[in-house]
Amino acid sequence: MFTGKEKEAMLEKSILQKLEKIVGRDNMTTEKSDLICYSFDATQQRFLPDVALYPRSAEEVGEILKLANRERIPVVPRGAGSGFSGGSLPTMGGIALVLRRMDKILEIDEENLLAVVEPGVVTEVFQQAVEAKGLFYPPDPASLKFSTLGGNVAECAGGPRCVKYGVTRDYILGLEVVTPQGEIIHTGGRTMKGVVGYDLTRLMVGSEGTLGVVTRIIIKLLPLPEAKKTMLIVFDSIRGASRAVSRIILGRIIPTTLEFMDSTSIDVVRNATNLSIPEQAKAILIVEVDGEEELLEKQAKRILEIVAPFGVLETRVAKDKAESEDIWKLRRSISPSLRQVNPNKFNEDICVPRSKIPDMILELERISREIGVPIINFGHAGDGNIHVNVMVDLTTEGMQEKVDRALEEIFRATLSLGGTISGEHGIGTTKAPFLAMELNDPTIKYMRIIKQALDPNNILNPGKIFGFSGNE
Amino acid sequence: MAELKKQPELKDYAEQIRQCVKCGTCHAYCPIFDQERKEPLVARGKVALAQALLNKETEIDARFMDNISKCLLCGSCSDKCPNLVPVEEIVAASRREIARRKGLSLFGIGLSTTLKHPLLMKFMARMGNLFSWLVFRKVPEKSGLRLRFPAPYIRRDRTIPKVASRFLRDSHPEYIPGEPGKPTVALFTGCMANFMYPHIGEAAIDALKLLGMNIRIPKDQGCCGVPALSSGDGAAVDELTRRNFSAFNRLEADYIVTVCASCNFGLRTNLGKTGADGEGLAAKVIDIHRFLVEQGIGEKLAALPAREKKIRVTYHDPCHLRNQGITGEPRAILKALPGVDFVEMRNADQCCGLGGTFSVYHYDLTIKIGAKKAAAIRDARAELVATACPGCMMQLLDSINHAGLPNRVCHVLELVAAELKSSR
Repeated sequence: MFTGKEKEAMLEKSILQKLEKIVGRDNMTTEKSDLICYSFDATQQRFLPDVALYPRSAEEVGEILKLANRERIPVVPRGAGSGFSGGSLPTMGGIALVLRRMDKILEIDEENLLAVVEPGVVTEVFQQAVEAKGLFYPPDPASLKFSTLGGNVAECAGGPRCVKYGVTRDYILGLEVVTPQGEIIHTGGRTMKGVVGYDLTRLMVGSEGTLGVVTRIIIKLLPLPEAKKTMLIVFDSIRGASRAVSRIILGRIIPTTLEFMDSTSIDVVRNATNLSIPEQAKAILIVEVDGEEELLEKQAKRILEIVAPFGVLETRVAKDKAESEDIWKLRRSISPSLRQVNPNKFNEDICVPRSKIPDMILELERISREIGVPIINFGHAGDGNIHVNVMVDLTTEGMQEKVDRALEEIFRATLSLGGTISGEHGIGTTKAPFLAMELNDPTIKYMRIIKQALDPNNILNPGKIFGFSGNE
Repeated sequence: MAELKKQPELKDYAEQIRQCVKCGTCHAYCPIFDQERKEPLVARGKVALAQALLNKETEIDARFMDNISKCLLCGSCSDKCPNLVPVEEIVAASRREIARRKGLSLFGIGLSTTLKHPLLMKFMARMGNLFSWLVFRKVPEKSGLRLRFPAPYIRRDRTIPKVASRFLRDSHPEYIPGEPGKPTVALFTGCMANFMYPHIGEAAIDALKLLGMNIRIPKDQGCCGVPALSSGDGAAVDELTRRNFSAFNRLEADYIVTVCASCNFGLRTNLGKTGADGEGLAAKVIDIHRFLVEQGIGEKLAALPAREKKIRVTYHDPCHLRNQGITGEPRAILKALPGVDFVEMRNADQCCGLGGTFSVYHYDLTIKIGAKKAAAIRDARAELVATACPGCMMQLLDSINHAGLPNRVCHVLELVAAELKSSR
């Protein structure tokens, strides 16, 4: 059955009529079989909204929020609904505000290297559009084929390329935001510099739809790098691989991507690839560098020299696009293949300072051993963002407890190494119980004061980040 | 006769439904979501609905049926699904569940009545148009047919192929001997190549003869079951599958070749769900393009004389070949034809929008999806659009006509046959 608190009553008919007047009949639904489809995201939890709306403009969003604020109706903004932390779940019912129909790329400004888009534009669609003009939008979350830029802004999405290029927040110049009171405000602008008033752009990016609804995004672009080179480096130990990562960075080289796979990850994808991987392989690094053609050769050579002392079994430098694609296929096959290990996946996106990766890997091995649950690790080694997957079969008795214990220990170890419990997925509902592990009381209080001041009626995405108790 | 199992029920898919983790990957590949951007119309939404139905969390109301009906069964989503969820099978099973509880739609009744009765089908076809019962221009005012099918489902601006004057299976013997020692190949004609495009079947026979195959064309074969599968008529699928099993099992052919991508999908998957005997037969079903390439038609075509004048041809991937990985073979054949100047079109692998009975209910959506296809065809600047499925041919032609384009549509095999004829 659907979870969430039992709602006292459905929305009153008069409210629904007003909503219909705002967006039009075709852009609203209260049919149960439609609402079921807006009850979930990639966390697989389910909460039914009372109504789903498909607004087409900031003005419509404003009218909706005014009404919702007056009537105290929860509003949950939603892009692709592909988040891993529950940010788009209507945990308190109310309005699912589906922004998919605001999906225009309004402008690509080649002189000022920026673009203006609506929030419903799919990340990859945008990337293809700017790349066609020789421009580049680096953030590349794994979901880029279907996630929306609005969702990327709300969660501050990352991706493999962030090692070199930074995350979503580093590319957002300005926003149009509808406040919980339904007013339209503008943050930042079209300039590279700007210090007038508080930096509300940064406040909004990663705020998980709790402070306002983003209706327009001004995005900074880069020139598209001329070429890239992909390398696969196979190690005989995970320790060797993780030390190699630190040495590459110490060598003053920042690759575009620096992904790693542990031995279980390698095992699950062996059959999904036509690349032959040595039997003794215990870890793999996938390194990509980009830039001017001539420099790449030199950089690749330098990287291979740096990693050589750390137990390298084999290296492979892709000669062309097809070979590079083969290497990336290896990495992309991990997530879908994890079910070979066990049916239930608990996927955490912890992030530690890069130099601490070897220590974190040791900690993860210890936790896996001590608690007796398989933990599979892969991800963005270059920026310390490790995807930690606790793979279990929840039908085994007592397994949920083991998982809970493992997760708590993982977070504890992460924090003791100076890391953070979420690098790029956000807090939402799934990590809300752990918020206080990372942030001290005054910090949480400071954040809650901001939320209460901006949204005193707590209508925007209630229950997220701070948990239910934190939102009264 | 072997005991054949019935089509699975929705509850038999409970585990596969559970495998959907709602990641959203299907958003990127669904032709309908591409148009509408609404979650109930994409794979994970439909899987969520199937799950809700199994959990008794929802009623089968009008919107539920509408949502489940908006699927082309093209398999674009399951093709790319990280967890390999068989979405089109789950949707088909959901439609059977709807039919079981609510009865078949009037259209579904009409369709399955026609498809299940070969004589009725022939009669309809003789009336001048296989779908004439849908437009009723030819059915007398007081005909019982008219009462049974009381709505004009097919719009008048839609291009529907004319019915042939002679049907394929009527005009060919059941056995055409080939060279000794060569494999025996049974030809599954499918309804469209039998009633509407017999020249495609003839082209297939020509190509098989070129390779010296022993050819069998059983007259008692029937519809592959895709339209019935699409409309949720499980009993009709079972009956049609039984008929095809008995028509082909006794032949002991080495291969069963299909000239229609959807028939290939229908025959193979429907037989494959009937148990061990059916699976054995299903394993013999092969698309003719793959078969011809495997059997070395490339060499034969390479030996044809060169041509000065070439015609520019592009290729549309039928979904039901693309999701078996059959994309190279039809192109290889086209490229090997001396008279063809092959050119790729944009998004060649995107669904044409026909989708079994989908286009009957949701023609407006079909037109939108088709318009995107037509734009890609226009930009490819090819005179001819070749494909490997008569269903796609019908839909592509309709899209081209709506867009007012001058292009012509043909089956890959037609070009092969034309080349063979002119070189003789």
